[in-house]
Amino acid sequence: MIAPEQGQAAVEVSHTASVPGRAVTIMASRGWRGRLTLAAADLSETLRLWPLVWTLSMLDIRLRYRGSLLGPFWLTLSTAVMVGAIGFLYSRLFHQNISAYLPFLSISLVLWNFISTVTSDGCLCFTQAEGMIRAMRMPLSLHAARAVLRNILVLAHNIVVIAVVFAVFHTQPSLASFSLLPAAALWVVDATALTLLLGAFGTRFRDIPPIVASVVQIAFYITPIMWNPAMLAHRGLSMVLVTWNPFYALLEIMRGPLLGGPLDAAAWTAALGYSAALVLLAGAVFARTRARIAYWV
Amino acid sequence: MAKLLIENVSVRFPLYHGESRSLKKTVFAAASGRLGEDRKHRLVVEALRDVSFSLHTGDRLGFIGANGAGKTTLLRSMAGIYEPVCGRIVIDGAVTALLDANQGMNLEMTGRENIRLRGLFTGLNEPQIRQLQADVADFAGLDQFLELPVRTYSSGMIVRLGFALATAIKPQILLMDEWILAGDAAFMTKARHRLETMVRGAEILVLSSHNADVILRWCNRVIWMDGGQIKADGHPEDVLAAYLPPEQFAHAMAAAQDAA
Repeated sequence: MIAPEQGQAAVEVSHTASVPGRAVTIMASRGWRGRLTLAAADLSETLRLWPLVWTLSMLDIRLRYRGSLLGPFWLTLSTAVMVGAIGFLYSRLFHQNISAYLPFLSISLVLWNFISTVTSDGCLCFTQAEGMIRAMRMPLSLHAARAVLRNILVLAHNIVVIAVVFAVFHTQPSLASFSLLPAAALWVVDATALTLLLGAFGTRFRDIPPIVASVVQIAFYITPIMWNPAMLAHRGLSMVLVTWNPFYALLEIMRGPLLGGPLDAAAWTAALGYSAALVLLAGAVFARTRARIAYWV
Repeated sequence: MAKLLIENVSVRFPLYHGESRSLKKTVFAAASGRLGEDRKHRLVVEALRDVSFSLHTGDRLGFIGANGAGKTTLLRSMAGIYEPVCGRIVIDGAVTALLDANQGMNLEMTGRENIRLRGLFTGLNEPQIRQLQADVADFAGLDQFLELPVRTYSSGMIVRLGFALATAIKPQILLMDEWILAGDAAFMTKARHRLETMVRGAEILVLSSHNADVILRWCNRVIWMDGGQIKADGHPEDVLAAYLPPEQFAHAMAAAQDAA
C-alpha cells in the first residue's frame, strides 16, 4: 500500500471517515440454496441500515408536504373530511345508526387507505429508487422497507381520526383488543411481503402498476369496507365476498376487537393462512428476482 | 488487507423490448456477435464474457478500451451492483464507486439531507455525520445552496457536491469512471489534490479512462477490454503501447513524465 503523503494531505483527510469494509461474496447461483442465502443477507443488511430506512421514510413524508402550511397534518385532515362526508351520506343510504356506522367506517377507511397505498407504492418501490440502485451496492429490500415504513407513518397520522371518532361516539373496544398487537405485527409482515412481491413484478413488467391499481379499486367495493356484512347477510351474495376474501380477514382481526367484538378465531385462521401464503410467495419471488432487479430498473 | 476477486464473470443484459422477430434479425445482423440468446431464447447483450482477474492491496488497475467494450459494466459488477449470470465476485473491503455524477443522490432532497443519507448508509454516527456535512459543505463551496433541493442545482454544482461527498469517505477500494476527471477547469485544480490524496490512500484503485497519461501516472496494471472480454492484461506501458497508435503513445508517455 502506498502511504498517504504527510503534511498537507494529512490535514485534508483529517475529517474523513474511514469505514471498515466487510467481505461480500456474490455468486451467480442458480440453486435455491444460494439464492435464499443471498436474499436473507439482503434482508438482514436492511435491518442493520435501519436508521437509513427511518430517515428516508421521514424525508419522503416531509418532502411531500414541503412548503405547505399544515404539513403532514393534511394527511389527518383529508382523512377526517373523507370519513365525515362518506359517514353522514352512507349512514343515510344504508339506514344505519351513525354512532355505530361512523366508528366502523373510520377504521375501515383508514386501514384500507394503508392497503391501497402499500400496493401502489409497492409496485414502484424499485423503479423509483433507480438512481440509488445503479449507483452503489445497497440491499434491495431497503427500498421496500422504506415504502412500508413511509406508509406506516401515514397510517399513524390517520389513527388520530379513529381516536377522535371513538371519543365522540363513546365506542368501547372489547377485551380482545390485546390481539391488536399481534395483528399489527402481522400487517407489517404482510405489507413488507406484498411490497417486495409487487416491487419485483412491477419492475420487470411495467404494466403491473395499473393492473394492480384497478384490482385494488375493485377489491375496495367488494370488500366490506363501506358496508358491513350484516347489512347484506339476508341477500346471500355477501357471504362469498366475506368468507373467501383475504382483505376481509385481515381487516376483521383489527376492526372486530376495536368495535367491541370478541376474538374472531375464523378471521384469525384465514388471516394467518393468507399471510403465510403471501410471505412464502414473496420470499420465493424475491430470492429468484433479487439479482436481476438492478438490470430491470 | 483489501482484495477484489473476479472469477469467470459473465454479465448479460436482457433486451425485453426487442422481442419482435424481424427486429431481432436486424439487430443480429447489425451487431457483430455481441448479441446472443439465453437458454429461454430471449435476446441478450453479452456485456461481459468470462472475465477473470484478482486485485490485492497495492494494485492500481486501469481499464482501457473502446466505447461499449464493457468497462463501465465491469466497474458496476465490481461494485456489486450488477450481479453476474455466471462466475463469482469477492469484495473484501469498503468500496466507493464513483460511477456517475449523481452518485445516487435524491434530487428532490436538499444537499444537506443527501449528505446525511450517505453518512447513514456508511454507518456513521451523529457527530461523524455533522463532521461529514461540514467537510462536504466546505469543500463543495455550496454555502446556503446546501439547504435547497439538489434538483435546483446547476450541473456543475451537482458534480461538485457529488465529488465532495464521494471523496469525503475514505474507501479501501476505489472504483472510478472517467467522468470524475472531466470537471470544469477551476474546480478540477481544487479537486485534483483531494482526488490524488484519496487515490493514494485507497488500498485498491480501479480506474476506467480514455486518458492515457492519467493511466500511466496512476496505474501499475492495465486491462484492455474489447467486446466484453479481456484482450490484454499487464504492465501499463506494454498494454498501452499495443493499444494506442505509436505517436499517441509517445505523446502520453511524455505527458506522464512531465506530470511526474
